Amino acid sequence: MFSQEFMRNALLAGTFVALACGVVGWFVVLRGQVFAGDALSHVAFPGALAAAAAGIDERAGLFAATVAVGAGIGALGRGADGVAGRAGAVPAEDTAIGIVFTFILGLGVFFLALFSTSSAGGSGIQVAHTLFGSIFGLGAVQARLAAVIAVLATGLMLVIARPLLFASIVPDVAAARGVPVRLLSIGFVALLGVVAAEAAQTVGALLLLGLVSAPAAAAHRLTSSPLVGIALAALLAVAAIWGGLALAYAVPSLPPGTAIVGIAVATYCVSTILA
Amino acid sequence: MPAVELSGAAVRLGGRTIWSGVDVAVGDGEFVAVLGGNGSGKSTLLKAVLGVLPLAAGGLSVLGRPAGRENARIGYLPQRRSFDSGTRLRGSDVVRLGLDGDRWGLPLPLPGRFASSRRQASARVREVIELAGAGEYADRPIGELSGGEQQRLLIAQALVRRPQLLLLDEPLDSLDLPNQAVVAALVGDICREEGVAVVLVAHDVNPLLPYLDRVVYLAGGHAVAGPVEQVITGETLTRLYGLPVEVLKASDGRLVVVGQPEAPAHHHDRHEHVH
Amino acid sequence: MSTNPHLTWNVVHDLSEVLEYHFMVNALEAGSVVAVMAGVLGWLMVLRRETFAGHTLSMMAFPGASGAALIGVGAAWGYFVFCVAGALAIGRSASGGRRSRSEQPAGTGAVQAGALGLGFLFVSLYGGVLGDLENLLFGTFLGISDGQVLVLAGVAAASLVVLAALARPLLFASVDADVASARGVPVRALGVVFLVLLGLAVAATSQVTGVLLVFALLVMPAASAQALTARVGLSLALTVAIGLAVVWLGLGIAYFSTYPAGFFVTSIAFAVYVIVRVGVWVKGASRRDQRLSGQPPAGGVIA
Repeated sequence: MFSQEFMRNALLAGTFVALACGVVGWFVVLRGQVFAGDALSHVAFPGALAAAAAGIDERAGLFAATVAVGAGIGALGRGADGVAGRAGAVPAEDTAIGIVFTFILGLGVFFLALFSTSSAGGSGIQVAHTLFGSIFGLGAVQARLAAVIAVLATGLMLVIARPLLFASIVPDVAAARGVPVRLLSIGFVALLGVVAAEAAQTVGALLLLGLVSAPAAAAHRLTSSPLVGIALAALLAVAAIWGGLALAYAVPSLPPGTAIVGIAVATYCVSTILA
Repeated sequence: MPAVELSGAAVRLGGRTIWSGVDVAVGDGEFVAVLGGNGSGKSTLLKAVLGVLPLAAGGLSVLGRPAGRENARIGYLPQRRSFDSGTRLRGSDVVRLGLDGDRWGLPLPLPGRFASSRRQASARVREVIELAGAGEYADRPIGELSGGEQQRLLIAQALVRRPQLLLLDEPLDSLDLPNQAVVAALVGDICREEGVAVVLVAHDVNPLLPYLDRVVYLAGGHAVAGPVEQVITGETLTRLYGLPVEVLKASDGRLVVVGQPEAPAHHHDRHEHVH
Repeated sequence: MSTNPHLTWNVVHDLSEVLEYHFMVNALEAGSVVAVMAGVLGWLMVLRRETFAGHTLSMMAFPGASGAALIGVGAAWGYFVFCVAGALAIGRSASGGRRSRSEQPAGTGAVQAGALGLGFLFVSLYGGVLGDLENLLFGTFLGISDGQVLVLAGVAAASLVVLAALARPLLFASVDADVASARGVPVRALGVVFLVLLGLAVAATSQVTGVLLVFALLVMPAASAQALTARVGLSLALTVAIGLAVVWLGLGIAYFSTYPAGFFVTSIAFAVYVIVRVGVWVKGASRRDQRLSGQPPAGGVIA
């Protein structure tokens, strides 16, 4: 298995993307922002399509869309009057988020139709790649680039981890101590956008939610220590990638995205039984 | 050097002047309660001291410097929101955040030189948790604890850096009477033994009577400061409100204010002062 | 389109041309039924702040349709089965006792991811006819049969009857769960029933707008109406009215164009939402100015 180059590329990109998903995902689950992650995964698709329709590299569109919308969602959200910790409260901006990203999806539909009239036959494959990911189709350069971006994102995430935790748990106290709560909120969701764009290329836009939320949710159930939790989330995500890729290699009719997410979700289900 | 000094201070919020001409000094190690009806601007006073809200007029110095500069030496307990029941972070971790939550990067488990500072930090966290009387439940997920227990851990969090000034916003508000007495005694002890200046916002002065040095009473946009027996009298309050107000003294020493008007309800759009 | 239609801006003429075609009549009937059902259930969903669950349910249609294609059944069956199964799974993940803010969405996210993964599996097993995928995701109104219209109408009628019966306890549980529970209302059970009904509405709507754009009819009319008024009866009526208008306009325009119906329905619904929000904000701003100009002098107010 490891002698095949496509497999090595897939593992390289997949491992580091999973690392990033686990680390960022731990905070996504902590802050109850899974829906934001979902929304970002659904704007990745129109972003990529718009870029393709305009003739630019798909990835540029992907990143631009997810980061821009991410920053927007972060800006819509809580400031130092923070919602973190308020029992049972769902921020009303969830509805606004849902509406905005549905509209963007609608635009995606438009671009898709535009695209299919301009390059007949190719559109189906484009759609498939963006939605389902193409981890087995990554070239060596692409895989290395994906890994580097993921490592950078993970590093940045670790740098802001402590003040972000402070701001997420007790935002007023953190703000009084000089933590830039609002800026962190915006930056965090924008960073989530970057990770989502990365993951879209591996497991696909529709499935990246699984890689971001399921291992992290399992980690939250299994331990309450932040350091252990973050490490565990990353570990479980990486395990899902390796397991999924191995399975997909062994069973050709099994799509890699399904295998990876299947393992991640199974991990979560097991964690609900264990804890 | 007084811990807090306001001279001729005024504050505006949402186009309204909340209070003006306020002259208050809180000495080193003094226990001062801030009282007044709903909407009189008590929390606003704390926010001004923290530098979160700028003054519209007058001067303010906190620990010898302009407001907001010395916040690392201030312990702050914001107006209470209960933690979401699913918050898994342990109480001790929440207190730990008060120590270094605002520092970027992660506390790595490095050996050698760093080990001793880590041990010191853990010891300090333990110490302050014991001081707050929360030792028994500090290692449980904070979401599972009762209101009073969460309150104590948050007080520990405010104290962990040995602040010179402690600001507490309505800490007794949602506690039952026995717990109010206990928390009041705790704060009184801390003030005396650690030499911390305390500014505590409350609705009802009675639980605090045994520990107070002085009182600041906010009403009608103005403030009166002084010892309890001078400020909480029918004469002073009538002058302050401009309406007949009586103060009755029960046989056990408790004070009851009668005829105190409620400030007219002003609908603040909460989003107006989040920036 | 077969006879290359174009808008003549003569409404009566356009309308009669549209209605000439049986498939269009079917599409409009199906669209109207769906607008009502999605409107009412979406209204409750927005009230209960369960938009994430609603979106997850709309994603269930993907494995539903591909699974149905795999075993050779009509897509509608797959939709209904998977949406209801998804609703039960979400309901199950919620009732672990801890209805906490971080726990609930994570469970729902896992359900969504798992379902989508299954969908891919089915598509890959089926041999992945990607042309169909486009219709599945973005909707088509060309193939709505008489039978389909009947089924949709039946499901909608049944759901609305159940809803009418449960209206008061459900509303109570949605607005104030703790108090309702203390008064004996079976809050959790009602939550699951609601999710199942929502699943049915989603399955129905997917057949008209396509899987990805169900939200247009589910959320936008309801959110617009709730921004305009807090009165229950009025905002429900507004929701349905907006939904119907959006569907008729959207389908009508799509008939004359080559782009999918889902896009038009979504864009019109979004436009309505934006107009409503901007209008409310402008009105609120002018009211704030009025209040401020009538302020008493500085120094505070004494009662």
